[in-house]
Amino acid sequence: MVPITTLHYLVVAAALFVLGTIGVLTRRNVVIVLMSIELILNAVNLNLVAFSRMWGNLHGQIFAIFIVVDAAAEAAVGLGILIAFFRNKETINVDEIDLLKW
Amino acid sequence: MLNYITSYLGSPVTPGQAGNQLWALIYVLIIFAGVSVVVMAMNWLERKALAHFQIRLGPMRVGPHGLLQPIADALKLMLKEDIIPSEADQFVFWVAPLIGLLAAFTVYTVIPFGPSQAVSDMNIGILFMLGVSSLGVLGIVTAGWASNSHYPLIGALRSSAQMVSYEVAMGLAVVSAILMTSLNATGTGTLSMIGIVQAQQQQGIWFLFKFFPLGFIAFIIFAIAMVAETNRAPFDLAEAESELTAGFHTEYSGLRWSLFMLAEYAAMIAVSAIAVTLWLGGWMRPFPNLLNAPVWEFIFSLFPALTFAALAGFALIGTVRMPSHSFFKIQRIGLGVFALLLAFIALVLLLIAIVGHNSDNSIAARTREGIDYIYWFMLKVSIFMYLFIWYRATWPRYRFDQLMRVGWKVMLPISLGVLIVTAIVGVVVK
Amino acid sequence: MNPAMNVGAAPVATPWFFYGLAAAAVISGLLVITRRNAVHSALALIITLLSVAGLYLMLYAPFVAGVQIIVYAGGIMVLFLFVIMLVSIERASKERQFNRIWPVGLVASCALLALFLSAFAKGKALLPDRMMQLPESTNTQQIAAMLYGDAGKMGQYTFTFEIASLLLLVAILGAVIMTKKKI
Repeated sequence: MVPITTLHYLVVAAALFVLGTIGVLTRRNVVIVLMSIELILNAVNLNLVAFSRMWGNLHGQIFAIFIVVDAAAEAAVGLGILIAFFRNKETINVDEIDLLKW
Repeated sequence: MLNYITSYLGSPVTPGQAGNQLWALIYVLIIFAGVSVVVMAMNWLERKALAHFQIRLGPMRVGPHGLLQPIADALKLMLKEDIIPSEADQFVFWVAPLIGLLAAFTVYTVIPFGPSQAVSDMNIGILFMLGVSSLGVLGIVTAGWASNSHYPLIGALRSSAQMVSYEVAMGLAVVSAILMTSLNATGTGTLSMIGIVQAQQQQGIWFLFKFFPLGFIAFIIFAIAMVAETNRAPFDLAEAESELTAGFHTEYSGLRWSLFMLAEYAAMIAVSAIAVTLWLGGWMRPFPNLLNAPVWEFIFSLFPALTFAALAGFALIGTVRMPSHSFFKIQRIGLGVFALLLAFIALVLLLIAIVGHNSDNSIAARTREGIDYIYWFMLKVSIFMYLFIWYRATWPRYRFDQLMRVGWKVMLPISLGVLIVTAIVGVVVK
Repeated sequence: MNPAMNVGAAPVATPWFFYGLAAAAVISGLLVITRRNAVHSALALIITLLSVAGLYLMLYAPFVAGVQIIVYAGGIMVLFLFVIMLVSIERASKERQFNRIWPVGLVASCALLALFLSAFAKGKALLPDRMMQLPESTNTQQIAAMLYGDAGKMGQYTFTFEIASLLLLVAILGAVIMTKKKI
C-alpha cells in the first residue's frame, strides 16, 4: 500500500475544515455552529501536528496545545454568551438573534 | 510463528514497547477476564461486609455463605425484561452505558502490574488515565438525558457536576506526585506509570512518605477525590435510593443497569490502581532496601502462598462450623471443595516460590518474580477496595451543596498549597 | 532546511489504522453538521475528537493526544452537553434546521475545498517522500523543555505559556460574569 505521507493528513484536515465551514455557514442552531467552529480548530491542529512531524521538531505540537487551550476558553465564553442571550430571548436560532435590527 | 509467540517471554518490556501485538492481546484478554471476576467478587464482598457491619448475615442461601450470589444476580439481570421508556431517545439510551463502560475499561491498558506486566507503557500514562476516566462523565450525562425523565436528569447533572469538581483536586494531587519523580540525577520526571514506580524504587522511598507530610496530604486529597469521582459513599447522593430513586440509572433495567455497575466497580479499581502506583510503590514489596538480605526476599516471596493458605483456612473453618443438618449437606460439600481449591492454589504458589527462589533468569525465577509483582499490586488495590466498602458502611451521606463546597473550597486550595510547597521543597532540597 | 529523510519502521497495520481513523473523523464530522438533534451532534463531535486524538498518536504526538482527550473530549464536550440540556432543544429540533441561504454557503465551501485541493496538487512536490520518526518515549520531556526551559534558563515558549494562563483566567471571569443574573 502507499505509505502514509504528510499529504494524507493534510487532506483529512482540509476535509474537516470544509465540513466545519459548511456547518458555520448553513446551520441555524447556535450550539451546532459553535461545534462546527470546534471542528475547524481541530482541522487546524491536525495540520500543525502533521507538519511538526514532517519537519521533525516540536514547534507545531506546542502551537497545537495552545490552540486547544484557546478553544477551551472560547467555548466557555461563547456558551456563556449563548446562555445570557437565551435568558432574554427564548431562541437559539442564529437568524432570530438580530436585536440590532429594527 | 512459534518464534513470534515465544520471543516475547522473558522480555523486560511490556508488549506495547516490544511491538508484540499477540501478547498485548493476550494481556488484554487476561485483564478483561480478571476485572470481570474481581467485580463479581467485589459485589459479594460488599454485600457480606455491609451486612456484618450492620450485625446481620447477608446472603447465606444461594451458595455456602452466599458465594454463588453474584452468579445468581448476573443471571437474574440477564433474564429481566428490557424496558425502554417510550419517549426516550433510543440511540442515546442504548449508547450511554457503552460510553461509561469503554471509559472505565480503556484505562486498564496502562495499569502497571509489574515492570513488564502492563499492556503498554505509554509515555503519557497517567495523563491518559486521567483523561479517559473523565470520559466517564459523558456516559452519565447522556444516560440522564436519554431517559427523558426528571429524576435521572437531575441525578445526572448533579453526578457529573460532582465528578468534574473533584477531577480538579485529583489532577493537582497527581501533579504533586509527578513532581516528586523528577528529584533524580537527571532532573527529568516521567508521566509513564512504570516510570513512576521505578522512580520510587530509585529514590528508595514510597511517595507516600516523601517530604513528610506533603506526600501524605497529597495522598489523602487523592483518596478523598477518588471516592467522589466514582460516586461512592459518602458522596453517592446522585445514586442513593432514598434521595433520587437511583439517580441517572433509574430508567435502566436488567443488563443495561449491570453495565453501569460494572463500569462503576471497574472505575473504582482503576483509580485505586492510580493511588497505589503513585503513592504506595506499585508492585514493590514492603522494605525492599531496608530488608534486602536473601532470606527476607524468600520470606516475602512466600506471601502469596500464605495468603491463599489463610483463605483456605477460613473456608475450612466455615466448613467445619456448618450446622450438621441435612439441608446444609450440599453447602458443606461445596465449601469444602472451595477450601480444597484454595489450598491447591496455595500449594502451587508455594512450589513456585521454593523452586524459583534464587534470582537467576530461569523460567521458575521469572514466574516467581512476576507472581510476586502482581500479588503485591493486587494486595494494595484490595486494601483500597475494602476501604471503599468500609466508607459506605460507616459514614453518612454528604448533601449536595456540602459536597460542592468541600470540592471547591477545601480540596482545591489544599491541593494547590501542597503542589506549591512540594515544588519549593523539591527545588530547595536539590 | 530540508530535513533528512528517515525511513520509519512502521508496524504492518499502520495504513489501516490511518484510513479507519480518518474515515471515522470525516464521517462523524458530517454527522455533526447534519443532525437535527443537538445531542446527537455532540456525540458525533466526541467521536471526531477521539479519532483526531488517535491521528495525533499516529503522528508521534502523545502529549497533544492526551491534552486533546482531557480538555476537548472530557471538558469542552461536557460543557456543550450541559448547555444543550439547559437550553432545551425540543422545540428547536422541530423547526427548520438550515437557514434560507444555505446554497450560497455550500457553494462557498466547495470553492474553498477546490482551493485546498489545487494547493495540494501544486505543492505536492515540496513535501518530502517519507515522514520522519520522532522519538515517542521522550515527547513529554521535550515539550516540557520547550515550555519551561532548563534550570535557570527560560524555554522558548515560557512567555506564551504565561499569557495562555492569563487568557484562561480572563475566560473564567468572562463566563462567570456573563451568566450572572445581576452583575
